[in-house]
Amino acid sequence: MTTTTRTEVALPTVASVYRTRASVELKEFFRQRESVVFTLMFPVILLVVFGAVLDYDIGNGVTFTQYFMAGVIAAGILGASLQNMAISIATERSDGTLKSLAGTPMPKSAYFVGKIVQVLVVTLAIVVILMAIGALVYGVDLPSGSDWLTFAWVTVLGSAACTLLGIAVSSLAKNGRSASAMVTPIALVLQFISGVFFQFSQVPVWMQTIAAFFPLKWMAQGLRSVFLPDALAAQEPTGSWELGRVALVLALWCIAGLLLCVATFRWQDRGSG
Amino acid sequence: MQKDSLLPTPRELAAVPEREPVDLDAAISIRGLEKRYGDFRAVDGLDLDIRRGEIFALLGPNGAGKTTTVEICEGYRKPDAGEVRVLGQDPADGGRAWKAQLGIVLQSGAGDSQLTCREMLQAQASYYPDPRDADEVLALVGLTEKAKSRGRTLSGGQRRRLDVALGIIGRPTLLFLDEPTTGFDPEARRQFWSLIRTLRELGTTMLLTTHYLDEAEALADRVGVIARGRLVEVAVPSALGGRETAPAVVSWTEHGVRRSEATATPTAFVRDLMSRFPGEVPDLAVARPTLEDVYLRMIGEPA
Repeated sequence: MTTTTRTEVALPTVASVYRTRASVELKEFFRQRESVVFTLMFPVILLVVFGAVLDYDIGNGVTFTQYFMAGVIAAGILGASLQNMAISIATERSDGTLKSLAGTPMPKSAYFVGKIVQVLVVTLAIVVILMAIGALVYGVDLPSGSDWLTFAWVTVLGSAACTLLGIAVSSLAKNGRSASAMVTPIALVLQFISGVFFQFSQVPVWMQTIAAFFPLKWMAQGLRSVFLPDALAAQEPTGSWELGRVALVLALWCIAGLLLCVATFRWQDRGSG
Repeated sequence: MQKDSLLPTPRELAAVPEREPVDLDAAISIRGLEKRYGDFRAVDGLDLDIRRGEIFALLGPNGAGKTTTVEICEGYRKPDAGEVRVLGQDPADGGRAWKAQLGIVLQSGAGDSQLTCREMLQAQASYYPDPRDADEVLALVGLTEKAKSRGRTLSGGQRRRLDVALGIIGRPTLLFLDEPTTGFDPEARRQFWSLIRTLRELGTTMLLTTHYLDEAEALADRVGVIARGRLVEVAVPSALGGRETAPAVVSWTEHGVRRSEATATPTAFVRDLMSRFPGEVPDLAVARPTLEDVYLRMIGEPA
């Protein structure tokens, strides 16, 4: 015997559910003071503080703020994707939001589409605010010509890798608070050893080696190629921007992140009920 | 199934215990359900049929297997053994069209949100083919004034009513309510009960789990008592545990001693008593077992 299902009214289209989820995720982010301050304003505060304190010349007449622009954007992307996803999804898993959604006819993909739209919008907002303040207050030179293209692919590939990693990492945490306790120190350490706050060439070589295993170092390096004159490529570990390797490492992290997500994603708490 | 003979075949005789096949027309049909967590048998051979249109209460103490059974029906957990059909479908491979006919109110609630009540309902409605109107549902659960309040500003009882609103927004054929009134004050529970009766009038089948006896008695058409992962009895509330025909207990005081007698004919017994006493029978009382007595006996707890 076959199942009897109500067929008079068709299910809503997947596209319409995607729109709903995108709008839900944007409201969830921008209405929550913690997420706006932590994710959106923190990089801005860093730029303002570092820009005001550290305005020395790093060589070839380039200011530290010009250098910092690349790092703080990379850190902003990390916050909007990896930290934001790990914490928000762990929270939604522990408070039952995910379990509830799994019990509705919402296509499961819609949840992830909503999250991706949230990451994209927040990332765009961070980039625009940082660049506006950098250019207007600290006289940072914005990218020009083909640099924009490099900027675009580094940003998109980097946030894709970090978003997938964030979704994967969320499954390791018991709840949002423990996700935050786990991810925040790791992000901070990565920022220190990946050349966000200091010039990467001043970081000890063994730390540079550790940093090279993670996406943040490659995002920052790719973005430096956009914001710094090519003469400064000489300060990089291999004496060049290594854009090919940037693309390769970030793409590998995308694949690894995706596999981890598929293997670990859960719609409900472990051992609930 | 067509057979030439009415006599059971040897194979059928060997299949002990013999069970009827699952009923595909029932709202829920369960045969031989088993679920273990490690060494703990949460559900241990459970059979159950819930008819379309009825309110069925699954009553049992904490850890009896209520939530596990319900969550298997909802598709959240996979059984270790047995067969389950919910609206004719195996929950393990229920797709979007099947889920569109269900409403689920989880024990843990629907989670936290920055959205207002109305926004949450509108978002939830957009997942279903033929949803109810968000404002209509808010009125139904008595949250009209809270339409523009964010979920996290609601009280516990309001929050639970919002969970129910989210459960019924998709116009479900079958509504699961897992301990919907835990933590309610008596007033809030009465209000909640009238909401459930309204939903019944709208033709919704409901599977309700509760550990409140009065709730099962007030709401359910039939009650199933679950203990240690098995269904110990299914009956209409008034007949649970043979309560309607159970012996009454007559008690009185005679020569300063409290005495009591269980009897099937309490009226005759009291008439006898009256003849032994010149006036009033001291401390006379006639009691039928309460639902609680019957229930505690069934789940094996000392009353």
